[in-house]
This record gives sequence, C-alpha cells and structure tokens, in this order.
Amino acid sequence: MSALPVHRWPAGFALLATLGLAGVALAALLAAVPASAPVRLFDPYTVRILGFTAFQAVLSTLLSLAFALPVARALARRTAFPGRGLLLGLFGIPLVLPAIVAVVGIAAVWGRNGMASALLEALGLEGLSPLYGLSGILIAHVFFNMPLAVRLLLPAWSAIPGETWRLSAQLGMGSGALFRIIEWPRLSAVLPGIAALIFLLCFTSFTVVLTLGGGPAATTLEVAIYQALRLDFDVARAVLLALMQVAICAAIALLLAASGRNAASEAAAGIAAQRPDAARPGARIFDAGSITIAALWVLLPLGAVVAAGLSGPLLSVLGEREVWLATLRSLLVGLGAGAVALTLGTALAWSARDIAVRRGRVRRADRLELAGSLNLVVSPTVFGAGLFVLLLPLGQVFSFALPIAALVNGVIAVPYVLRLVGPALRRTAEHHDRLCAGLGIGGMDRLRLVEWPAARRGIALAVALAAALGAGDLTVIALFGNQDSITLPLLLYRALGAYRTQEAAVLALLLVGLCLALFLVIERTVGGRTRT
Amino acid sequence: MAAPGLELQDLHFGRGSWQVVFDLAVPAGAFAALIGASGAGKSTLLALVGGFETPASGSIRIDGVDITGLAPAQRPVTTLFQDHNLFAHLDAAQNVGLGLDPGLRLDAAQKAKVSQALAHVGLGGMDRRLPRELSGGERQRVALARSLVRARPVLLLDEPFAALGPALRRDMLDLVDALRRETGITVVMVSHEPADARRVADITAFMHEGRILAQGDTDTVLDSPDHPALADYLGVAPSEGSTSG
Repeated sequence: MSALPVHRWPAGFALLATLGLAGVALAALLAAVPASAPVRLFDPYTVRILGFTAFQAVLSTLLSLAFALPVARALARRTAFPGRGLLLGLFGIPLVLPAIVAVVGIAAVWGRNGMASALLEALGLEGLSPLYGLSGILIAHVFFNMPLAVRLLLPAWSAIPGETWRLSAQLGMGSGALFRIIEWPRLSAVLPGIAALIFLLCFTSFTVVLTLGGGPAATTLEVAIYQALRLDFDVARAVLLALMQVAICAAIALLLAASGRNAASEAAAGIAAQRPDAARPGARIFDAGSITIAALWVLLPLGAVVAAGLSGPLLSVLGEREVWLATLRSLLVGLGAGAVALTLGTALAWSARDIAVRRGRVRRADRLELAGSLNLVVSPTVFGAGLFVLLLPLGQVFSFALPIAALVNGVIAVPYVLRLVGPALRRTAEHHDRLCAGLGIGGMDRLRLVEWPAARRGIALAVALAAALGAGDLTVIALFGNQDSITLPLLLYRALGAYRTQEAAVLALLLVGLCLALFLVIERTVGGRTRT
Repeated sequence: MAAPGLELQDLHFGRGSWQVVFDLAVPAGAFAALIGASGAGKSTLLALVGGFETPASGSIRIDGVDITGLAPAQRPVTTLFQDHNLFAHLDAAQNVGLGLDPGLRLDAAQKAKVSQALAHVGLGGMDRRLPRELSGGERQRVALARSLVRARPVLLLDEPFAALGPALRRDMLDLVDALRRETGITVVMVSHEPADARRVADITAFMHEGRILAQGDTDTVLDSPDHPALADYLGVAPSEGSTSG
C-alpha cells in the first residue's frame, strides 16, 4: 500500500460543522412540530402556495432553458467574435449580483415606468402594466438563470472534438442534422441536471418573490416561511412549510445527483475545425440576433441600476451614518461567509483528495464531497428558520443576526469551494505526491510551495463568490435582522417597501459596488497575477 | 565483485493475487538495467527502493545499510519518474533548488551550486525558464540536475526518457552514464529497449511475472538467454544447453 498519509479529520470536522448544523436546524424544526400537524398540513392556502411555488419554478426553468439554448449554440458556433470573453464575463455577473439589486434593475427596464414601457408609449402603443406578480417573478428568474444555463451548457459544445466537425462537413450535414445527430445527444445528457439545478434555485427563490410577488396568489414556500415567522409569529406553520420544502428539495437534489455523473470527455487529438454550418447567412443572422438579445437582457437592468443610482440623491444618502454602518455590516457578513466557506470547503476537499488519490477510493471521496453539497437541500430560509426556532426560547434570536448570516451563507457556498478547489488538490496529489515524498517536501513547505500555487486561483474565486453572496444576502438577515443589525440589502428592501425609489436607486448602486469590489479585491489579491 | 551498492533480499510485496518477490544485487557504481514485459514488476521494484511502496517482508540495503523502514526523502536514493518530475509553476533553478532544501530557502552558495548543476547537464543560463518553456528532453535534464545536487548514491530511472525520440534518448542515457562515472553513483534503470541496456548497462536483470529470472553481465544475459521466458521476450531461440524452469 502507498506509504502516504490520509487525513480524515478535516472532513470529520467539516461534516460535523455543515451536516451537524443542518441537522440541528432540522431537529429544532421537527421538535417544534405541533401535535395537530397532519390536519393543517394541506389546508387550501398551503396547497395554493405549494402549487404556485412549483408552477413558477417550472415556467422559470422552461423559459430560462428555451432562451439559453439558442444563445449557447450561437456562442458555441461563434468562437472568435470581438467581445465574446467580455460577454461571458457579463453572464457571470448575475451569479454574484444581490437579488434585490437585480429586482431594482429589472423594474427600471420592465416596470410600469420603465424603459420598455417608455419605448412602447413613444411608438404610440400601450405601456406595460406593473411588474408585480407572476410576470415579474418570471422575468427576474430568467434574468438570473438564462446566463447560468448558457455557462453550464457551453462545455457540452466545447467537448465536441474537432474531428467530429471535420467528419460532419465531409458528410454534408446541414444545421438541423448537426443538431439532431451531434449536438442533441450531448445536450440531452446535461440538460436534466441543469434543469433540476435551475428548478431548485427558482423553487427556493426568496428575495425575488418577496419583492415582486405578494399576496396569496404569488407567494412561494420560502416567503411563506418568512411571513409565518416574522409577520404572523406562527412558528408551527413555519415549521410545517420548512419541512415540506426540505422534502421536495431533497427529491430534486437526488435527481440532480443522479444526473451529474456523465461528464465524460472524449479523447481526441484536438484539431481545430470549423463547424460546417457556421458560415451560412441565415445562421449568422440568427446567431447575431440571439447574442444581441441575450446581451441586452442582462446588460440593460445592470445599466439601469448604475444610471438610476448615479442620478439619485448620492450625497444625501451617502452622508447618512446608518448607510455606512449597514455597509460595514454587509462587508463583515461577506468576509465571514468567505472564511466559513473556505474553512469547511477546503477541509472537505483535502480529506476527499487523500481518500481519492492515496487510497484510490474515488467514489467514496465523491460521496464525501456530495455530503458537503447536501446543504443545497436545506435552503437558507429553512436553515435560518431552524436556528430561529432553536434560539427563540433563549430570547436571543436577534442578537446573533450577523454571525448567523455569515455562517449560513458560508455553509451554502461550500459547494463552490469543492468545485473550484477540489480538482486542483487532487491533481497536485496525483502528479506530485511521490516527488514531494522523494524530496522530503512536507508540512508547511508543501502547503507553501506546492498546494497553494496550484489551488490559490480556485480558492480566490470561491472565497470571492462566497463573500459577494454573503454581502448581498437578504434571506437570513430578513429573518434575523432588527434595528441593530440592518445590512445594506435590508436597508434597500425597506426603502423599496416605503416607495423611496430614488434613495433605493443609490443604495442599489452602493450594494452592487460593494459586492463587485469585494469580489474583485479578493479574487485579485488572493488569486495573484493570472498566469497564462 | 565490487562492494555491494543496492541489495534486495527476499523482498515481498503484493496487491491481492498479484505478488512479487525480488532478490537483486547491484555492485556500487554500476549501471543496471531492468528489462521485461509490462506488468513484470519493474516499476514496482523501483517504487519499493524509492520508498513509495511498503514491502510486506524482506530487506533493502544500500551500501550495506538497511533502509527498509526509512521515509522516501531519508533514503540515499533519487528517482526520476516518467513524467511530473518538475513543478510546473516553479522555474528550472527553483525545481533544482528543491533538491537542496525542500522549503526552497537557499543561500548564495547553494544558488551557485544550482546554476552549476544546470550548466553541467547542458542547461547553462536557463535558470529562469519555466518547465513549459523547455522541451521534453530539457525538462528531464532539469530533473537530472536536481539529482546531481541531491548527491544521493543511488539513482533510479523509471523510464524518464521513454517519451523522447531514439537519438535524444541515447544522448540522455550517455549523459547519465557520464555523470555516473564522474560521481560514482549506482544507477538502476527500467527499460523496454534491450538496445538501451546494451548501450549503458554493466549488468541487466530480466523480470517476469513479479520475479527476477536472470541477472548478470548485460551481454551474457542478452546474448545467451538461458530462460525460455527471456528468449520469448527477446524473440530469439533459447541458448544452447538452457535449463527450463
């Protein structure tokens, strides 16, 4: 057997922290289930909420994929137009954009007094009706998930070897035949997983529904849990909704896990070959149209946030002490979430690496990493609701708002660390374990000279993501926040609720600036210079 | 026979049904070649000597000292692997410098030594080059320079030149042989090419299904294969008077 050590304690610690915490939250919820539960579980109101939650999630998923497919195909077909890299970067922004900022931008484009409405009226047509309700929720969900779907779909195309395109050109395949025979088989392998992921994200969407939904006709489980806890003080109801939510998410996540194993890449010489259908005029026009519409779809709301923020009452808003305190709190939550995600994520990835590479137990290691992602099943609201119920008897619910927000957002971001850092750690061990052992490079020397240079870019990206998400969090802070723990997203939410639109515009710009700055500073300083 | 360099005595190792037993003696300062088909256990033998695998029983001695229980870095051995001998993010001098200090904290004298070693293997002035800026042969020269500064008495070659063309491979083998004569180290190489063994190896061992079936003077072993498996491997008729089994 290999003489190299296998470290199991980091994963033990991380699993204890993540699963333990989720377990404690769930146990607290279960313990709070009232005796009369089965009677109230499926009252008409709950059924209606459940129905709407699933309905909007299905529609959001279908619309996002229907939009993303032609865009991804166009980007796959046009690999060298100027600005392509910039566009893919733009498609990454919704990932770190606080949902509440996106809502502000989307309202500025698609709202009653938005840009689209103004354009229609200038053309002598009727303007748009207010954004609230299903249409607003769908627009926001497609804003977030179409770019995500494009980024997840593109690898399916780049995995098609150049030899295949050369062969298809020789056989004279048209665009339709290419799609049916070459592209679709690969897409159909990844689509269920992507669809399940997007469904899960929309099913558990909180901020979008909180701000754009409302009323029993447009409420999701997540928002209903929040309302039960914070507005109705009906803990029993919140617990039932949360458990329902966990059960459904677990079922979907199982589907996701089952479909996530087919990333087989084909070995090929990697010749560069143009696909045969790229040069046709019809294809050119279609691709240009798809890419332009998608770019505007993402760019316009972002631009609207910047424009509205800059033309708002900048000085008076930025002069308020409360705004700066809120900014500082958001910064702390972001940094805390980054630290939590990094600690737990790298601990899991480290043990999984040892088990996979040094013991050859790859499947066991993958299962270990999957356990770190199980928190996808326990949404931030459910997580928060559990901790809320747990802390309620202590009378201390609101004094831990910031640490809890950092903790929950950090745990939620662990899958990013696993995906961005895990492969680098495994590669290092595969390539260099023997060399390091032979030269006696161990302990801190190995960390500094071997692991860190290989993993730092992944670490930087994952921590930057976790920090930006934490700083933009509204879910946990809406549950736990009070006057003493108002963060920037909560301040913005309250300004929107009070129809202080101009103030909200400035706060939105400030929040997006904070998240972007946090992301870039961490990515650049921790990640170091980009090596080519 | 010269003083013992590397000795393996009744060395047992295995995974499940695949078991190997090695007995081998290489005189100090000799160049030995291990030949045999894939799966014969050649790389396993080197991994056991390098300390990357732990034997079930038996002993490994170098210059008469038992090293069986030592960690890889404490053994008087350097291994050149088939690939991944260098860290891709460190330049040539840093990769060599790791042979002097695993934390890469080098004083001026050590840095000078690194530069000399690089010059010695024909890479003078290439200190700052990253591995990706070097050819395949140059990368293995850097690894060879590191084995020079480590100055361990035994050098193991686990097919580090297998990916190079025939001419370049011969050049590299000649370079290793020249370094061996200069420094007096013992070299053990795994090879798929009997011609390579003939070119540089004083002694050759033939391995088959986890056993060493023949060892001795290279020309003797290759010219008069006294074992049917060796004759099969070489594609020649067994020599006169061979004994089976």
